Amino acid sequence: MKIHPHITQRLAVIAMWTLTASTLGVLLFIIAYILGHGLPYVTWSFLTESPKSMGREGGILPMIVGTIWVAGLAVALAAPIGVATAVYLTEYTREGRLTAVIRFGADCLAGIPSIIFGLFGFVFFAIYLGMGLSVISGALTLALMVLPTIIRTSEEAIRAVPHAYREVSYGLGSTRWQMVTQVVLKSAMPGIGTGIVLSIGRSISETAAVMLTAGSALGFPHSVLDSSRTMALHFYILSREGLSMTNAYATASVLILAILVINLAAYWLMRRFIAKVA
Amino acid sequence: MPDENHDEVEREAARLMAEERHREPPPACPARAKIIVEDFSALFDGTPALKHIHLEICPCERLAIIGPAGSGKTTFLRSLNRLNDLHWTFSRTGRILLDGQDIYEPGTDVAALRRRVGMVYAVPVPLPWTVYENLAYGPRLAGVTDRRLLDETVETALRSAFLWDEVKDRLRDQATNLSGGQQQRLCLARVLALQPEVLLLDEPCSGLDPISTARIEEALLELKSRYSIVLVTNNTKQAARASDRTAFFLMGELVECGTTEQIFTNPRHHRTNDYITGHFG
Amino acid sequence: MLLMLTALSAISGLALITGFIFKEGLPIIAKVGLGDFIGSSDWYPSEGRFGILPMIAGSLEVTAGAMVIGVLFGLGCAVLLVDFVPPRAVSIIKPSIELLAGIPSVVYGFMGVVILVPFIRDYLGGPGLSVLAASIVLGIMVLPTVTSISVDALQAVPRAYREGSIALGATEWQTTHMVVLKAARSGIVAAVILGMGRAVGETMAVIMVAGNTIAVPHSILAPVRTLTSNIALEMGYASGDHRQALFATGVTLFVIIMILNTVALTVSRRRGRRAQGQ
Repeated sequence: MKIHPHITQRLAVIAMWTLTASTLGVLLFIIAYILGHGLPYVTWSFLTESPKSMGREGGILPMIVGTIWVAGLAVALAAPIGVATAVYLTEYTREGRLTAVIRFGADCLAGIPSIIFGLFGFVFFAIYLGMGLSVISGALTLALMVLPTIIRTSEEAIRAVPHAYREVSYGLGSTRWQMVTQVVLKSAMPGIGTGIVLSIGRSISETAAVMLTAGSALGFPHSVLDSSRTMALHFYILSREGLSMTNAYATASVLILAILVINLAAYWLMRRFIAKVA
Repeated sequence: MPDENHDEVEREAARLMAEERHREPPPACPARAKIIVEDFSALFDGTPALKHIHLEICPCERLAIIGPAGSGKTTFLRSLNRLNDLHWTFSRTGRILLDGQDIYEPGTDVAALRRRVGMVYAVPVPLPWTVYENLAYGPRLAGVTDRRLLDETVETALRSAFLWDEVKDRLRDQATNLSGGQQQRLCLARVLALQPEVLLLDEPCSGLDPISTARIEEALLELKSRYSIVLVTNNTKQAARASDRTAFFLMGELVECGTTEQIFTNPRHHRTNDYITGHFG
Repeated sequence: MLLMLTALSAISGLALITGFIFKEGLPIIAKVGLGDFIGSSDWYPSEGRFGILPMIAGSLEVTAGAMVIGVLFGLGCAVLLVDFVPPRAVSIIKPSIELLAGIPSVVYGFMGVVILVPFIRDYLGGPGLSVLAASIVLGIMVLPTVTSISVDALQAVPRAYREGSIALGATEWQTTHMVVLKAARSGIVAAVILGMGRAVGETMAVIMVAGNTIAVPHSILAPVRTLTSNIALEMGYASGDHRQALFATGVTLFVIIMILNTVALTVSRRRGRRAQGQ
């Protein structure tokens, strides 16, 4: 039985729309579910108090602070190194064996599961270097985790800058350093920024690696050598132990809101980058 | 057909090389030459792109460089301000003297050289900034920070490129919003802002309409009183009307060089004549 | 030059991780014997027996299930986005799918526990914590990766192919499945393989919904433990040989992911070269 191709097309499009709509539906459902159950409990006191009774009551201030510390430090370390590496790979070396190997290495490492980073961080930073379960162990581990992504997105952003701009800059009498900083990086910045912002998002969401390196202390981290619990880990513990569903939902809501803001920022930056370079 | 032409041209080139010893040297400049190209050869990865070029560029003249695609015109131009250095595979022999100094001598300040010998490209490339920032970039690179001096430099450069009247109220606009012809004049002004001594132009009017082309040629006529101008062009008619001397390149060699009038009315080599009358290229 | 040192330190940092994991993990594999390590189903750390076959089977089954969902939905969305919706819809749908990638894995796991597991338990049987639950959750998590890389691959197909097909009287759908998908095959394969890599590496969500029993699962409704879960669950209290064995599990993971990454890169590069007529 031969079906008319226009009918097959109709069916195919309907099928694809169903798939897409259900995907988007899942997204909306998750966000609505979490925010619906949790937002009412995200009060000012929730955000500014410390947890009591193992987290059954009270707020999540130490977790917020801990998350900012760990994720912030991680990106603050990884971003300059990653961008510098990308600049070096694209502007200061010629395409060849070495750069291909480096790029392959970075790509592979971008695919390594976070649990392996956690293993490494635990043995190397916490034990071997003696930093213990702490903010700094977690931050260093996360920095290594997001470094390949930052290198890759920065490299792509730099490559997207038209070659002609570089020639023009040289032609007007610039040194390589002037050209890189005043022309290339200036144009590539929004693209690089997108990569950095997305890395922040990833650091905030990460649980497995921080569990093994930053620990799960409930207290307020007073120095980078203190152990600290991030929001994502707190949410995991609260829900797994069944300590307080309302607090769990509230924590997750704060997390989701942060992710939404971060993704919006990344999206906006990407639009600016495309406008500048295309 | 193109294959036949190619073979023929190859044979011609071989014959020309054999004639080399018998060729007269290109005419020297009336006064001291601005640039002297002495037995200059350029190679990319060992393959020669320019072979033993001897040429002088005089102060206050417009020199047109004509020739078919692949004859080395652009390579020659880019050798004059060492832009070819950007290619990893570039190597050269011979000398290029600017005011008597070899620009390829080790230890030369290449950035300073490029400020003295400025270049305008075939496709206008405004940097993704405002008009003002585009023009101020060169002077800023050279270390100029005084705001008033920059303003003056920008205005002078725009006037010299015959662009001031059109953009004086739009200095804070994005340069990419200008029309093609305006962008090319912007690129010219950008180079002029550095107060160079030599202007190199690589097919500057190739994408432009006749009116914009006329404006640029008008600017070049005005500018020649202050600068040496080297103009690479694919358009023989443009060379005929907008230059004082003309040099004909073929397959990386300088075939003939003389006053524009002489080249176009009474060329010495039949290949020059063939090119000008459109038999090939 | 400072830049070169930065780049080198970044690369060497990443190489360090590889070395460390192998250094910690290989000795125990040698001690236990490779065949026993990956072939035995007996994981009894207290008795010094370390066979990770159930975990390998678990990871493979869960990943396979995840890919069924991930590829079906991911590719469906990708094809729809590239050829069947107007740009305005794309600018809403695409960022939304990318947002799906930003949601923390613990949130996915949580939603799995709260919604999916009871559903499976009540309507399909078994304890609910199962291969099926893990596959569905992982499939949703992997979907954005498959979509975005597939979109790139589909967009890279020259417009001339599409136009040529339409000019011969084909419908868009016929063009898609007869011309475009074939032309983009290598990119799509790469997308699938990279998605697999991410599925294999996921930890937290799997821990929450898979049941974590150490046994080779005999049906999709049975509980399962993956390689990643094994590490995360036991690292907290492991010591001595036990800890080394967990590192060895990490080594196994590492090797699997390296293989997947290399295959992905070779496939996309080789097909790419063939397309260029070399």
